[in-house]
Amino acid sequence: MDFGPFLLLALMEGTVQAAVLALTAVGLALVFGVMRVVNVAHGEFFMLGAVTAWFVASHVPGPPWAAFLAALVLCPLVAGAVAAAADTLVLKRLDYDPGATIVATIGLLYILQQAALSLYGPEARPVPAPFTWPIRLPWFGWSGYKVFVVAAAAAILGLVWLMLARSRAGLVMRATQVDRDIARAFGINVDRVYAGVFALGAGLAAVAAVLIVPIQQAHYLMGHDPLLLSFAVVIIGGLGSLRGTLVAALVIGLSDGVISVFISPTLAKIVATLVVALVLVFRPQGLFGARA
Amino acid sequence: MTLSTPFQPTRRSVLGGLAAGGALALSPARFASAQSAAPIRLGFQLHRTGIGAAYGRWYERTTQAALKVLNEAGGINGRPVEVIFEDDGTDPRRGAEVVEKLATQAGCDLIFGALFSHVVVGSAPRAGELKIPYLVCSEGFHVASGTLNRWTLQPGITDVRAQVSSMAPWVTQNLGRKVTMLFPDYAFGHDHRDYFSAALKAQGGEILELVPIPPTETSFTRYFPRIPAATEVLYHVMVGPAVLSFVKELGEFYAGGGRPQIFGFIDSLEAVDTASPGLEFLEGTHFWEGHCRMRQADASEHEDFYRAAVGVDANGASVADARDVSTYAHMFSCWETLFVIRDAMVAAGYQGPADRQRLVEAVEAMTTMPLSREHVQGDKVFNGRTHQVFGHQYISRVEGGKLVRVHATAIEDSLYPDAVDYTAMAF
Repeated sequence: MDFGPFLLLALMEGTVQAAVLALTAVGLALVFGVMRVVNVAHGEFFMLGAVTAWFVASHVPGPPWAAFLAALVLCPLVAGAVAAAADTLVLKRLDYDPGATIVATIGLLYILQQAALSLYGPEARPVPAPFTWPIRLPWFGWSGYKVFVVAAAAAILGLVWLMLARSRAGLVMRATQVDRDIARAFGINVDRVYAGVFALGAGLAAVAAVLIVPIQQAHYLMGHDPLLLSFAVVIIGGLGSLRGTLVAALVIGLSDGVISVFISPTLAKIVATLVVALVLVFRPQGLFGARA
Repeated sequence: MTLSTPFQPTRRSVLGGLAAGGALALSPARFASAQSAAPIRLGFQLHRTGIGAAYGRWYERTTQAALKVLNEAGGINGRPVEVIFEDDGTDPRRGAEVVEKLATQAGCDLIFGALFSHVVVGSAPRAGELKIPYLVCSEGFHVASGTLNRWTLQPGITDVRAQVSSMAPWVTQNLGRKVTMLFPDYAFGHDHRDYFSAALKAQGGEILELVPIPPTETSFTRYFPRIPAATEVLYHVMVGPAVLSFVKELGEFYAGGGRPQIFGFIDSLEAVDTASPGLEFLEGTHFWEGHCRMRQADASEHEDFYRAAVGVDANGASVADARDVSTYAHMFSCWETLFVIRDAMVAAGYQGPADRQRLVEAVEAMTTMPLSREHVQGDKVFNGRTHQVFGHQYISRVEGGKLVRVHATAIEDSLYPDAVDYTAMAF
């Protein structure tokens, strides 16, 4: 293939990856920013979203787009409910101690993974795309659904930003992030905010999974890669910084797309990890992080 | 706190002994003629989880079905047979631990069933050290290449080298000579790369490009630009949970038309319905099948018996759930291996672990295996020196979403010079 179309394909693939990565990583960044919890189980909420999408898709009658819309609404709610329960039953009781929550979320990772294996099974199962729109370029074909993934991810990220910046719920979250004791003194129910933020983070991962699952498939081990890449994005962007997370997701997603198309996917992962290491050495607070 | 001395019988141990004695006395009469009526315990190294899980699920079902047939026919040497399944997570390190556990803790007479080649390569040395027969169902050339040991045998399924050598002539004569290969970047994929390339060159064909894909990959479009436009035949073999994505993305990539002929290993679609949405472009493409998933018009009575026993319908899906598609092209190997074990144990007069060496020698002495209820995939020839069996391979074409057999290779086409003589090795 010639260089031009080759680069075009690389950029298109990279943009899809960046969009989904941004959604997943923003969830992780929110949880860390507000709660100071490193959620190792974040990838499993992604998986939970995908697996639930399969259940919804196989039980909602009618055209694929109806099932897809139902999944887009239901899956984040399911993942969010599981996350809120985990927060109330486990994390709260550990008093959000950083070390203990890491261990607890590792445990949560295994519980969710094994639960999916028991209830859903070991197969990778497909979820039909809401529509089929093959894009026929002169050099190669591409799935038009991927364009929708990018647009939907951008729209959802916009909504998240609006909520954080303009709504009362966002104000309460930001207040809790700045100082939870003062927030509590002002009558904010911090426990409820934490449960809500943990649920929101999980819900974002689940939405990302619903978007991606017609391209990939739902599988109980699929949470691994999104977790690693989200961590890379959050560390590069600056822990808890949403703007940094978005920029870093674009950088990682596009560079991954381009490097893996032109050279090798393994090299792309090496580069991403190397960037994380360099950022940790030279700018530990991340590109946009305010605090170390 | 009380301390019990080692030889003091406790109430619990006495009751246990009574129960065991009672069970022995009441065991079915047909097993009573044996010197020992205790069950023969076979360990099964199962990919219940990990990337091989879809296979593991069906390997377990197939083995359970074969075990039922075996026990109803009187077991082995007058003794009932038990299979102990142990999950290896499709992981080589865990695989070696499972071999150890089945051999030493579960007290198994032998171990069989492993499929993924990296697990086999990781586990076989431990089986050799423990001197326990290890019968694999893995297709890899690693058994016949001589890299493993005298305790490792593959009597249930033909290896990749033999498979691809026997099919290369058909591919060059019917599909094209300029081939690009997409394959998983580990031992199993490398067998395809090395031996299909060699067989193709022997037929006057040419490899245009080799595209290795990491086995954990989930997105594939990025690899397809490396397929040269001059490619006449695209050869693909993919494993793991992402196989459907692989084939779907291949379809999207060629949505603009101009796709080459496609020859794939059914591994790329094992446990996947060929009529899944997005796979329409596979119409008219070809697949290797170790055993035809869809019931063919000329299916033998043994084939029908096997399908019914395992619970698979004419489309290769579970009779209980049409969406639960089997790993039909591979899972016959568990069935056939279990009956090879029976025949070898009968021939060796197997009584217990002391006879393990004689059991291996009995398998090595095997030669031909006719098409039968025990060898449902077809007749086979076993080479005791290389510990490898050779059978027919099938090439199917997708017609109306169904796999229709268009060619069956002869066993002679798959033979190659011996690379090792295990029988000359010490135990």
